[in-house]
Amino acid sequence: MSSIAIARIELLIARRNMWVFTSLILMGLFSSVLTLAGGAPTGTLGVDPLLIATTSITTLSVYLIPLIGLLLSFDAIAGEAERGTLALSLTYPLSRGEILLGKFLAHLVVLGFAVAVGLALTAGLTIWKYGSADLNYLPLLKLFATSLALGAAFLGIGYTISALAKQTGVASGIVIIVWLICVVLYDLGLLGALVADGGGTFTKTIFPWLLVANPADAFRLINMPTDTVSTLATGLGAAGQASGFAPQLASLLLWPIFALGLAWGAFRRIEP
Amino acid sequence: MTVLGIENVSKSYGEVHSVQGVSLNLGEGERVALLGHNGAGKTTLMRMVLGLTPLTSGSIQVLGMPPGSRKARAAIGFLPESVAFHGALTGREQLHHFARLKGVKRRVADDLLERVGLTHAMNRKIRTYSKGMRQRVGLAQALLGQPRLALLDEPTSGLDPISRHEFYDIVDDLAKTGTAVLLSSHALTELESRTDRIAIMSKGHLLANDSLSNLRKAARLPIQVRVKATAETADDMAARLGGSRVNGASVALEVQQEGKVSLLGQITGLGDLVKDIDVTPASLEELYRHYSVPKQEGK
Repeated sequence: MSSIAIARIELLIARRNMWVFTSLILMGLFSSVLTLAGGAPTGTLGVDPLLIATTSITTLSVYLIPLIGLLLSFDAIAGEAERGTLALSLTYPLSRGEILLGKFLAHLVVLGFAVAVGLALTAGLTIWKYGSADLNYLPLLKLFATSLALGAAFLGIGYTISALAKQTGVASGIVIIVWLICVVLYDLGLLGALVADGGGTFTKTIFPWLLVANPADAFRLINMPTDTVSTLATGLGAAGQASGFAPQLASLLLWPIFALGLAWGAFRRIEP
Repeated sequence: MTVLGIENVSKSYGEVHSVQGVSLNLGEGERVALLGHNGAGKTTLMRMVLGLTPLTSGSIQVLGMPPGSRKARAAIGFLPESVAFHGALTGREQLHHFARLKGVKRRVADDLLERVGLTHAMNRKIRTYSKGMRQRVGLAQALLGQPRLALLDEPTSGLDPISRHEFYDIVDDLAKTGTAVLLSSHALTELESRTDRIAIMSKGHLLANDSLSNLRKAARLPIQVRVKATAETADDMAARLGGSRVNGASVALEVQQEGKVSLLGQITGLGDLVKDIDVTPASLEELYRHYSVPKQEGK
Protein backbone atom coordinates (compact mmCIF):
# COMPACT_ATOMS: atom_id res chain seq x y z
CA MET A 1 0.00 0.00 0.00
CA SER A 2 2.83 2.38 0.88
CA SER A 3 4.50 1.46 -2.41
CA ILE A 4 1.42 2.66 -4.26
CA ALA A 5 1.58 5.99 -2.39
CA ILE A 6 5.27 6.35 -3.31
CA ALA A 7 4.56 5.39 -6.94
CA ARG A 8 1.76 7.92 -7.07
CA ILE A 9 3.86 10.85 -5.86
CA GLU A 10 6.77 9.81 -8.10
CA LEU A 11 4.48 9.76 -11.14
CA LEU A 12 3.27 13.22 -10.22
CA ILE A 13 6.85 14.47 -9.90
CA ALA A 14 7.81 12.81 -13.20
CA ARG A 15 4.92 14.55 -14.87
CA ARG A 16 5.79 17.94 -13.38
CA ASN A 17 9.46 17.53 -14.21
CA MET A 18 8.53 16.89 -17.86
CA TRP A 19 10.14 13.45 -17.73
CA VAL A 20 6.96 11.85 -19.06
CA PHE A 21 6.75 14.44 -21.82
CA THR A 22 10.44 14.20 -22.73
CA SER A 23 10.54 10.40 -22.95
CA LEU A 24 7.27 10.41 -24.85
CA ILE A 25 8.58 12.88 -27.42
CA LEU A 26 11.86 10.98 -27.75
CA MET A 27 10.26 7.59 -28.35
CA GLY A 28 7.36 8.94 -30.42
CA LEU A 29 9.51 11.06 -32.68
CA PHE A 30 12.15 8.42 -33.35
CA SER A 31 9.61 5.63 -33.86
CA SER A 32 7.67 7.73 -36.39
CA VAL A 33 10.74 8.84 -38.30
CA LEU A 34 12.19 5.32 -38.43
CA THR A 35 8.87 3.84 -39.51
CA LEU A 36 8.43 6.36 -42.32
CA ALA A 37 12.05 6.43 -43.46
CA GLY A 38 12.85 2.79 -42.69
CA GLY A 39 10.27 1.49 -45.14
CA ALA A 40 11.75 3.35 -48.10
CA PRO A 41 14.50 0.90 -49.11
CA THR A 42 12.30 -2.20 -48.86
CA GLY A 43 9.89 -1.08 -51.52
CA THR A 44 9.03 -4.17 -53.51
CA LEU A 45 11.24 -6.60 -51.61
CA GLY A 46 8.14 -8.14 -50.11
CA VAL A 47 9.49 -8.09 -46.55
CA ASP A 48 6.91 -7.35 -43.85
CA PRO A 49 7.11 -3.55 -43.45
CA LEU A 50 6.43 -3.85 -39.74
CA LEU A 51 9.45 -6.14 -39.42
CA ILE A 52 11.65 -3.54 -41.08
CA ALA A 53 10.32 -0.85 -38.76
CA THR A 54 10.83 -2.89 -35.59
CA THR A 55 14.36 -3.72 -36.65
CA SER A 56 15.20 -0.03 -37.02
CA ILE A 57 13.49 0.81 -33.78
CA THR A 58 15.34 -2.00 -31.97
CA THR A 59 18.67 -0.56 -33.05
CA LEU A 60 17.65 2.80 -31.71
CA SER A 61 16.04 1.48 -28.54
CA VAL A 62 19.30 -0.19 -27.54
CA TYR A 63 20.62 3.34 -27.01
CA LEU A 64 17.50 5.20 -25.92
CA ILE A 65 15.88 2.86 -23.40
CA PRO A 66 18.95 2.41 -21.18
CA LEU A 67 19.44 6.19 -21.36
CA ILE A 68 15.86 6.98 -20.33
CA GLY A 69 16.02 4.32 -17.60
CA LEU A 70 19.20 5.78 -16.15
CA LEU A 71 17.96 9.37 -16.40
CA LEU A 72 14.75 8.47 -14.58
CA SER A 73 16.57 6.68 -11.78
CA PHE A 74 19.85 8.44 -11.01
CA ASP A 75 18.20 11.08 -8.79
CA ALA A 76 15.82 8.66 -7.03
CA ILE A 77 17.84 8.03 -3.86
CA ALA A 78 20.70 10.54 -4.01
CA GLY A 79 18.32 13.44 -4.66
CA GLU A 80 16.14 12.59 -1.69
CA ALA A 81 19.18 12.07 0.51
CA GLU A 82 20.45 15.53 -0.45
CA ARG A 83 17.12 17.26 0.11
CA GLY A 84 16.62 15.55 3.47
CA THR A 85 13.32 13.98 2.46
CA LEU A 86 14.88 10.50 2.57
CA ALA A 87 15.52 10.69 6.32
CA LEU A 88 11.99 11.97 6.80
CA SER A 89 10.42 9.26 4.63
CA LEU A 90 12.34 6.62 6.57
CA THR A 91 10.78 7.80 9.84
CA TYR A 92 7.38 6.88 8.41
CA PRO A 93 6.11 3.34 8.93
CA LEU A 94 7.29 1.85 5.65
CA SER A 95 10.33 -0.18 4.64
CA ARG A 96 13.12 0.74 2.26
CA GLY A 97 12.00 -2.08 0.00
CA GLU A 98 8.58 -0.45 -0.29
CA ILE A 99 10.13 2.92 -1.16
CA LEU A 100 12.30 1.34 -3.86
CA LEU A 101 9.41 -0.71 -5.25
CA GLY A 102 7.18 2.38 -5.40
CA LYS A 103 9.75 4.39 -7.29
CA PHE A 104 10.42 1.47 -9.62
CA LEU A 105 6.75 1.03 -10.44
CA ALA A 106 6.35 4.74 -11.24
CA HIS A 107 9.45 4.90 -13.44
CA LEU A 108 8.53 1.67 -15.24
CA VAL A 109 5.10 3.14 -16.00
CA VAL A 110 6.72 6.29 -17.46
CA LEU A 111 9.07 4.21 -19.58
CA GLY A 112 6.38 1.74 -20.62
CA PHE A 113 4.07 4.57 -21.58
CA ALA A 114 6.70 6.18 -23.80
CA VAL A 115 7.57 2.89 -25.50
CA ALA A 116 3.91 1.98 -25.96
CA VAL A 117 3.10 5.31 -27.59
CA GLY A 118 6.16 4.99 -29.85
CA LEU A 119 5.20 1.50 -30.97
CA ALA A 120 1.55 2.43 -31.40
CA LEU A 121 2.67 5.22 -33.71
CA THR A 122 4.78 2.72 -35.61
CA ALA A 123 1.86 0.35 -36.02
CA GLY A 124 -0.50 3.16 -37.00
CA LEU A 125 1.86 4.64 -39.58
CA THR A 126 2.60 1.22 -41.07
CA ILE A 127 -1.08 0.46 -41.48
CA TRP A 128 -1.62 3.90 -42.98
CA LYS A 129 1.14 3.34 -45.52
CA TYR A 130 0.74 -0.33 -46.37
CA GLY A 131 -2.72 -1.31 -45.16
CA SER A 132 -3.47 -3.71 -42.38
CA ALA A 133 -3.32 -6.93 -44.40
CA ASP A 134 -0.52 -9.45 -43.82
CA LEU A 135 1.05 -7.58 -40.93
CA ASN A 136 2.65 -9.64 -38.18
CA TYR A 137 2.23 -7.86 -34.84
CA LEU A 138 4.23 -10.37 -32.84
CA PRO A 139 7.60 -8.58 -33.26
CA LEU A 140 5.94 -5.42 -32.02
CA LEU A 141 4.69 -7.10 -28.84
CA LYS A 142 8.05 -8.78 -28.32
CA LEU A 143 9.75 -5.42 -28.73
CA PHE A 144 7.45 -3.87 -26.12
CA ALA A 145 7.93 -6.63 -23.53
CA THR A 146 11.70 -6.75 -23.95
CA SER A 147 11.89 -2.95 -23.86
CA LEU A 148 10.27 -3.05 -20.42
CA ALA A 149 12.76 -5.69 -19.28
CA LEU A 150 15.70 -3.69 -20.63
CA GLY A 151 14.36 -0.51 -19.04
CA ALA A 152 13.82 -2.29 -15.72
CA ALA A 153 17.42 -3.52 -15.73
CA PHE A 154 18.76 -0.01 -16.25
CA LEU A 155 16.38 1.47 -13.70
CA GLY A 156 17.85 -0.98 -11.18
CA ILE A 157 21.39 -0.06 -12.22
CA GLY A 158 20.47 3.63 -11.88
CA TYR A 159 19.08 3.15 -8.35
CA THR A 160 22.22 1.27 -7.36
CA ILE A 161 24.40 4.11 -8.61
CA SER A 162 22.13 6.65 -6.93
CA ALA A 163 22.36 4.84 -3.59
CA LEU A 164 26.12 4.36 -3.77
CA ALA A 165 26.94 7.89 -4.97
CA LYS A 166 24.64 9.67 -2.47
CA GLN A 167 25.08 12.92 -4.44
CA THR A 168 23.07 13.68 -7.55
CA GLY A 169 26.00 15.40 -9.25
CA VAL A 170 28.21 12.35 -8.85
CA ALA A 171 25.40 9.95 -9.73
CA SER A 172 24.58 11.78 -12.97
CA GLY A 173 28.22 11.56 -14.08
CA ILE A 174 28.45 7.86 -13.29
CA VAL A 175 25.24 6.92 -15.11
CA ILE A 176 26.48 8.57 -18.31
CA ILE A 177 29.72 6.58 -18.07
CA VAL A 178 27.81 3.36 -17.37
CA TRP A 179 25.53 4.07 -20.32
CA LEU A 180 28.50 4.62 -22.63
CA ILE A 181 30.12 1.40 -21.47
CA CYS A 182 26.98 -0.73 -21.79
CA VAL A 183 25.73 0.42 -25.16
CA VAL A 184 28.90 1.51 -26.97
CA LEU A 185 32.23 0.57 -25.40
CA TYR A 186 31.27 -3.00 -24.46
CA ASP A 187 30.40 -3.82 -28.08
CA LEU A 188 33.49 -2.07 -29.39
CA GLY A 189 35.63 -4.07 -26.99
CA LEU A 190 34.06 -7.32 -28.11
CA LEU A 191 34.47 -6.34 -31.74
CA GLY A 192 38.13 -5.61 -31.11
CA ALA A 193 38.56 -8.99 -29.45
CA LEU A 194 36.83 -10.68 -32.37
CA VAL A 195 39.15 -9.07 -34.87
CA ALA A 196 42.21 -9.96 -32.79
CA ASP A 197 41.04 -13.54 -32.34
CA GLY A 198 40.39 -14.03 -36.06
CA GLY A 199 37.70 -16.70 -35.70
CA GLY A 200 39.49 -18.80 -33.07
CA THR A 201 38.11 -20.38 -29.90
CA PHE A 202 37.16 -17.03 -28.37
CA THR A 203 34.82 -16.27 -31.25
CA LYS A 204 33.13 -19.63 -31.05
CA THR A 205 32.90 -20.31 -27.32
CA ILE A 206 33.29 -17.25 -25.11
CA PHE A 207 32.10 -14.43 -27.31
CA PRO A 208 28.41 -15.42 -27.70
CA TRP A 209 28.07 -15.62 -23.92
CA LEU A 210 29.85 -12.35 -23.31
CA LEU A 211 27.56 -10.73 -25.82
CA VAL A 212 24.38 -12.06 -24.29
CA ALA A 213 25.58 -11.15 -20.78
CA ASN A 214 25.03 -7.49 -21.64
CA PRO A 215 21.27 -6.83 -21.42
CA ALA A 216 21.45 -4.25 -24.20
CA ASP A 217 23.00 -6.82 -26.56
CA ALA A 218 20.57 -9.52 -25.46
CA PHE A 219 17.77 -7.08 -26.25
CA ARG A 220 19.21 -6.40 -29.69
CA LEU A 221 19.69 -10.09 -30.48
CA ILE A 222 16.25 -11.15 -29.34
CA ASN A 223 14.51 -8.53 -31.47
CA MET A 224 16.60 -8.95 -34.60
CA PRO A 225 15.24 -11.38 -37.15
CA THR A 226 17.79 -14.11 -37.85
CA ASP A 227 17.94 -13.46 -41.57
CA THR A 228 20.17 -11.09 -43.46
CA VAL A 229 18.58 -8.00 -42.01
CA SER A 230 20.40 -8.49 -38.74
CA THR A 231 23.74 -8.85 -40.44
CA LEU A 232 23.09 -5.55 -42.16
CA ALA A 233 22.00 -3.88 -38.97
CA THR A 234 24.87 -4.92 -36.80
CA GLY A 235 28.18 -6.53 -37.47
CA LEU A 236 27.88 -8.47 -34.23
CA GLY A 237 24.51 -9.96 -34.98
CA ALA A 238 25.39 -13.05 -36.95
CA ALA A 239 28.02 -14.38 -34.58
CA GLY A 240 25.94 -13.40 -31.58
CA GLN A 241 22.95 -15.47 -32.53
CA ALA A 242 25.06 -18.53 -31.76
CA SER A 243 23.96 -18.36 -28.11
CA GLY A 244 20.32 -18.95 -28.98
CA PHE A 245 17.01 -17.62 -27.76
CA ALA A 246 16.91 -19.02 -24.21
CA PRO A 247 20.07 -17.33 -22.90
CA GLN A 248 18.95 -14.05 -24.46
CA LEU A 249 15.61 -14.26 -22.70
CA ALA A 250 17.30 -15.34 -19.46
CA SER A 251 19.64 -12.34 -19.64
CA LEU A 252 16.74 -9.94 -20.12
CA LEU A 253 14.74 -11.48 -17.27
CA LEU A 254 17.58 -11.93 -14.80
CA TRP A 255 19.16 -8.51 -15.23
CA PRO A 256 16.20 -6.54 -13.81
CA ILE A 257 16.02 -8.88 -10.80
CA PHE A 258 19.77 -8.75 -10.26
CA ALA A 259 19.98 -4.97 -10.68
CA LEU A 260 17.03 -4.28 -8.37
CA GLY A 261 18.54 -6.68 -5.82
CA LEU A 262 21.80 -4.73 -6.00
CA ALA A 263 19.90 -1.46 -5.61
CA TRP A 264 18.06 -2.77 -2.57
CA GLY A 265 21.32 -3.93 -1.02
CA ALA A 266 22.95 -0.54 -1.61
CA PHE A 267 19.88 1.34 -0.38
CA ARG A 268 19.69 -0.72 2.81
CA ARG A 269 23.21 0.29 3.78
CA ILE A 270 22.52 4.02 3.52
CA GLU A 271 22.38 5.94 6.78
CA PRO A 272 20.42 9.03 5.73
CA MET B 1 3.37 6.54 31.45
CA THR B 2 6.81 6.70 29.85
CA VAL B 3 6.53 7.54 26.17
CA LEU B 4 10.24 7.80 25.48
CA GLY B 5 12.88 6.04 27.57
CA ILE B 6 16.54 6.72 26.83
CA GLU B 7 18.90 4.68 29.02
CA ASN B 8 22.63 5.38 29.14
CA VAL B 9 22.87 5.81 25.39
CA SER B 10 26.18 6.41 23.62
CA LYS B 11 27.10 6.89 19.98
CA SER B 12 30.62 6.91 18.60
CA TYR B 13 31.85 7.45 15.07
CA GLY B 14 35.33 5.98 15.42
CA GLU B 15 37.20 8.33 17.74
CA VAL B 16 34.40 10.89 17.80
CA HIS B 17 31.97 10.43 20.68
CA SER B 18 28.80 12.24 19.61
CA VAL B 19 26.63 11.12 22.51
CA GLN B 20 27.95 9.74 25.80
CA GLY B 21 25.90 8.03 28.50
CA VAL B 22 22.71 10.05 28.05
CA SER B 23 19.59 9.04 30.00
CA LEU B 24 16.34 10.92 29.50
CA ASN B 25 12.69 10.04 30.00
CA LEU B 26 9.58 11.70 28.61
CA GLY B 27 6.09 11.10 29.95
CA GLU B 28 2.73 11.73 28.32
CA GLY B 29 2.02 15.37 27.63
CA GLU B 30 5.46 16.51 28.72
CA ARG B 31 7.24 19.28 26.82
CA VAL B 32 11.01 18.98 27.05
CA ALA B 33 13.47 21.35 25.43
CA LEU B 34 16.82 19.94 24.42
CA LEU B 35 19.43 22.68 24.49
CA GLY B 36 23.01 22.67 23.34
CA HIS B 37 25.24 24.34 20.79
CA ASN B 38 25.96 22.93 17.35
CA GLY B 39 27.59 19.52 17.60
CA ALA B 40 26.40 18.90 21.16
CA GLY B 41 24.69 15.68 20.05
CA LYS B 42 21.04 16.78 19.99
CA THR B 43 20.37 15.75 16.40
CA THR B 44 22.27 12.47 16.80
CA LEU B 45 20.15 11.68 19.86
CA MET B 46 16.95 12.35 17.90
CA ARG B 47 18.15 10.25 14.97
CA MET B 48 18.78 7.35 17.34
CA VAL B 49 15.26 7.67 18.75
CA LEU B 50 13.95 7.58 15.16
CA GLY B 51 15.98 4.49 14.35
CA LEU B 52 17.90 6.28 11.58
CA THR B 53 21.22 5.81 13.38
CA PRO B 54 22.11 2.63 15.31
CA LEU B 55 23.21 3.02 18.94
CA THR B 56 26.76 2.16 20.00
CA SER B 57 25.54 1.23 23.49
CA GLY B 58 22.59 1.71 25.81
CA SER B 59 18.93 1.30 25.00
CA ILE B 60 16.03 3.37 23.71
CA GLN B 61 12.35 2.51 23.95
CA VAL B 62 9.44 4.29 22.30
CA LEU B 63 6.26 3.20 24.07
CA GLY B 64 8.13 0.04 25.04
CA MET B 65 9.12 -0.68 21.44
CA PRO B 66 12.60 -0.60 19.91
CA PRO B 67 13.44 2.54 17.89
CA GLY B 68 12.93 2.22 14.14
CA SER B 69 10.35 -0.57 14.46
CA ARG B 70 7.24 -0.06 12.38
CA LYS B 71 5.04 0.49 15.44
CA ALA B 72 7.50 2.94 17.00
CA ARG B 73 7.68 4.91 13.75
CA ALA B 74 3.90 4.98 13.46
CA ALA B 75 3.76 6.62 16.91
CA ILE B 76 6.32 9.35 16.16
CA GLY B 77 5.95 12.68 14.41
CA PHE B 78 9.29 14.12 13.29
CA LEU B 79 10.25 17.55 12.03
CA PRO B 80 13.82 17.48 10.66
CA GLU B 81 16.14 20.44 11.15
CA SER B 82 16.43 21.29 7.48
CA VAL B 83 14.10 19.66 5.04
CA ALA B 84 13.57 20.65 1.42
CA PHE B 85 10.40 19.13 0.05
CA HIS B 86 10.16 18.53 -3.67
CA GLY B 87 9.64 21.95 -5.24
CA ALA B 88 7.50 20.58 -8.05
CA LEU B 89 4.73 19.54 -5.65
CA THR B 90 2.16 21.77 -4.00
CA GLY B 91 2.00 21.91 -0.21
CA ARG B 92 -1.28 20.06 -0.31
CA GLU B 93 0.02 17.26 -2.55
CA GLN B 94 3.07 16.83 -0.35
CA LEU B 95 1.02 16.61 2.83
CA HIS B 96 -1.52 14.24 1.26
CA HIS B 97 1.39 12.00 0.32
CA PHE B 98 2.60 11.86 3.93
CA ALA B 99 -0.99 11.29 5.09
CA ARG B 100 -1.20 8.23 2.82
CA LEU B 101 2.09 6.90 4.22
CA LYS B 102 0.76 7.27 7.76
CA GLY B 103 -2.67 5.89 6.88
CA VAL B 104 -4.38 9.17 7.78
CA LYS B 105 -7.42 10.60 5.98
CA ARG B 106 -6.69 13.44 3.56
CA ARG B 107 -9.31 15.57 5.32
CA VAL B 108 -7.10 15.50 8.40
CA ALA B 109 -4.20 16.72 6.28
CA ASP B 110 -6.31 19.63 4.99
CA ASP B 111 -7.29 20.52 8.56
CA LEU B 112 -3.63 20.52 9.57
CA LEU B 113 -2.78 22.84 6.68
CA GLU B 114 -5.31 25.22 8.11
CA ARG B 115 -3.94 24.72 11.64
CA VAL B 116 -0.44 25.80 10.52
CA GLY B 117 -1.86 28.65 8.45
CA LEU B 118 -1.06 27.41 4.96
CA THR B 119 -4.56 27.08 3.51
CA HIS B 120 -4.13 30.16 1.32
CA ALA B 121 -0.96 28.74 -0.28
CA MET B 122 -1.70 25.02 -0.27
CA ASN B 123 -2.24 24.80 -4.03
CA ARG B 124 0.96 26.64 -4.86
CA LYS B 125 4.20 24.84 -5.65
CA ILE B 126 6.50 24.42 -2.64
CA ARG B 127 9.30 25.98 -4.70
CA THR B 128 7.51 29.34 -4.31
CA TYR B 129 7.28 29.03 -0.48
CA SER B 130 9.33 31.10 1.97
CA LYS B 131 11.51 29.30 4.52
CA GLY B 132 8.88 29.83 7.20
CA MET B 133 6.16 28.33 4.99
CA ARG B 134 8.29 25.27 4.27
CA GLN B 135 8.84 24.89 8.00
CA ARG B 136 5.06 24.95 8.42
CA VAL B 137 4.68 22.11 5.89
CA GLY B 138 7.24 20.22 7.95
CA LEU B 139 5.35 20.91 11.16
CA ALA B 140 2.03 19.86 9.59
CA GLN B 141 3.45 16.50 8.51
CA ALA B 142 4.89 15.94 12.00
CA LEU B 143 1.39 16.40 13.45
CA LEU B 144 -0.26 13.85 11.14
CA GLY B 145 -2.05 11.02 12.89
CA GLN B 146 -1.88 12.32 16.48
CA PRO B 147 1.67 11.16 17.27
CA ARG B 148 2.35 9.92 20.81
CA LEU B 149 5.84 11.37 20.58
CA ALA B 150 6.80 14.50 18.64
CA LEU B 151 10.47 15.07 17.85
CA LEU B 152 11.04 18.60 16.61
CA ASP B 153 14.59 19.48 15.58
CA GLU B 154 15.11 23.26 15.58
CA PRO B 155 11.42 23.81 14.82
CA THR B 156 11.41 27.61 15.07
CA SER B 157 14.45 28.37 12.92
CA GLY B 158 13.33 30.55 10.05
CA LEU B 159 10.09 31.57 11.73
CA ASP B 160 9.30 35.19 12.58
CA PRO B 161 8.32 36.08 16.19
CA ILE B 162 4.57 35.84 15.55
CA SER B 163 4.92 32.50 13.79
CA ARG B 164 7.03 31.28 16.71
CA HIS B 165 4.27 32.21 19.07
CA GLU B 166 1.74 30.33 16.94
CA PHE B 167 4.11 27.40 16.77
CA TYR B 168 4.26 27.12 20.57
CA ASP B 169 0.46 27.35 20.73
CA ILE B 170 0.35 24.27 18.52
CA VAL B 171 2.92 22.52 20.73
CA ASP B 172 0.82 23.34 23.80
CA ASP B 173 -2.31 21.90 22.18
CA LEU B 174 -0.36 18.80 21.20
CA ALA B 175 0.91 18.30 24.75
CA LYS B 176 -2.62 18.75 26.13
CA THR B 177 -3.78 15.74 24.10
CA GLY B 178 -1.08 13.63 25.74
CA THR B 179 1.71 13.83 23.16
CA ALA B 180 5.21 13.93 24.59
CA VAL B 181 7.17 16.70 22.86
CA LEU B 182 10.95 16.76 22.62
CA LEU B 183 12.22 19.83 20.81
CA SER B 184 15.68 21.22 20.31
CA SER B 185 16.37 24.89 19.96
CA HIS B 186 18.89 27.70 19.94
CA ALA B 187 16.37 30.42 20.61
CA LEU B 188 16.29 30.31 24.39
CA THR B 189 14.06 33.20 25.43
CA GLU B 190 10.93 31.71 23.87
CA LEU B 191 11.36 28.42 25.75
CA GLU B 192 11.04 29.94 29.24
CA SER B 193 7.29 29.68 29.59
CA ARG B 194 6.66 27.07 26.93
CA THR B 195 8.36 23.94 28.25
CA ASP B 196 8.04 21.76 31.32
CA ARG B 197 11.62 20.63 31.43
CA ILE B 198 14.98 21.72 30.08
CA ALA B 199 17.69 19.23 29.13
CA ILE B 200 21.10 20.69 28.38
CA MET B 201 23.64 18.80 26.28
CA SER B 202 27.26 19.66 25.70
CA LYS B 203 29.87 17.61 23.84
CA GLY B 204 27.66 14.53 23.92
CA HIS B 205 26.93 14.67 27.67
CA LEU B 206 23.63 15.49 29.31
CA LEU B 207 24.60 18.16 31.86
CA ALA B 208 21.21 19.16 33.25
CA ASN B 209 17.66 17.84 33.09
CA ASP B 210 15.10 19.59 35.27
CA SER B 211 12.38 22.21 35.36
CA LEU B 212 13.46 25.77 34.77
CA SER B 213 12.78 26.90 38.37
CA ASN B 214 14.75 23.97 39.80
CA LEU B 215 17.63 24.71 37.46
CA ARG B 216 17.55 28.33 38.64
CA LYS B 217 17.63 27.31 42.31
CA ALA B 218 20.46 24.84 41.79
CA ALA B 219 22.56 27.23 39.75
CA ARG B 220 22.28 30.02 42.38
CA LEU B 221 22.81 32.68 39.76
CA PRO B 222 22.32 36.16 41.23
CA ILE B 223 19.35 38.37 40.43
CA GLN B 224 20.38 41.62 38.75
CA VAL B 225 18.93 44.78 40.28
CA ARG B 226 19.44 48.16 38.69
CA VAL B 227 18.37 51.34 40.43
CA LYS B 228 18.17 54.61 38.56
CA ALA B 229 19.14 57.78 40.45
CA THR B 230 20.58 61.09 39.25
CA ALA B 231 24.18 61.95 38.37
CA GLU B 232 24.57 63.72 41.74
CA THR B 233 23.08 61.04 43.96
CA ALA B 234 24.36 57.88 42.25
CA ASP B 235 27.66 57.66 44.16
CA ASP B 236 25.94 58.19 47.49
CA MET B 237 23.35 55.55 46.67
CA ALA B 238 25.99 53.07 45.52
CA ALA B 239 27.74 53.47 48.88
CA ARG B 240 24.54 53.02 50.90
CA LEU B 241 23.30 49.94 48.96
CA GLY B 242 26.69 48.33 48.41
CA GLY B 243 26.52 48.25 44.62
CA SER B 244 28.53 49.86 41.86
CA ARG B 245 27.79 52.93 39.80
CA VAL B 246 27.10 52.34 36.10
CA ASN B 247 26.14 54.60 33.19
CA GLY B 248 26.65 57.75 35.26
CA ALA B 249 23.30 57.83 37.02
CA SER B 250 22.48 54.19 37.90
CA VAL B 251 23.53 51.66 40.51
CA ALA B 252 23.90 47.95 39.69
CA LEU B 253 23.45 45.29 42.39
CA GLU B 254 23.51 41.52 42.51
CA VAL B 255 21.48 39.54 45.02
CA GLN B 256 20.49 35.91 45.66
CA GLN B 257 16.85 34.87 45.71
CA GLU B 258 16.60 34.87 49.54
CA GLY B 259 18.01 38.43 49.86
CA LYS B 260 15.81 39.94 47.16
CA VAL B 261 12.86 41.14 49.25
CA SER B 262 14.97 42.80 51.97
CA LEU B 263 17.07 44.57 49.32
CA LEU B 264 13.95 45.88 47.61
CA GLY B 265 12.73 47.13 51.01
CA GLN B 266 16.04 48.92 51.50
CA ILE B 267 15.73 50.55 48.08
CA THR B 268 12.16 51.76 48.69
CA GLY B 269 13.43 53.24 51.95
CA LEU B 270 15.53 55.66 49.92
CA GLY B 271 12.33 57.42 48.87
CA ASP B 272 12.58 60.13 46.21
CA LEU B 273 16.22 59.38 45.39
CA VAL B 274 15.03 56.36 43.40
CA LYS B 275 13.79 57.23 39.91
CA ASP B 276 13.29 53.67 38.60
CA ILE B 277 14.07 50.01 39.40
CA ASP B 278 14.74 47.02 37.11
CA VAL B 279 14.82 43.50 38.57
CA THR B 280 16.05 40.76 36.22
CA PRO B 281 16.26 37.10 37.27
CA ALA B 282 18.94 34.95 35.64
CA SER B 283 17.85 34.43 32.05
CA LEU B 284 17.75 31.03 30.42
CA GLU B 285 20.74 32.10 28.41
CA GLU B 286 22.80 32.67 31.56
CA LEU B 287 21.56 29.37 32.97
CA TYR B 288 22.47 27.63 29.76
CA ARG B 289 25.96 29.12 29.87
CA HIS B 290 26.27 28.20 33.54
CA TYR B 291 25.42 24.55 32.90
CA SER B 292 27.10 24.03 29.57
CA VAL B 293 30.51 25.47 30.52
CA PRO B 294 30.85 24.81 34.27
CA LYS B 295 34.56 24.03 34.15
CA GLN B 296 35.62 27.32 32.62
CA GLU B 297 33.64 29.19 35.22
CA GLY B 298 35.34 27.29 38.03
CA LYS B 299 38.76 28.56 36.97
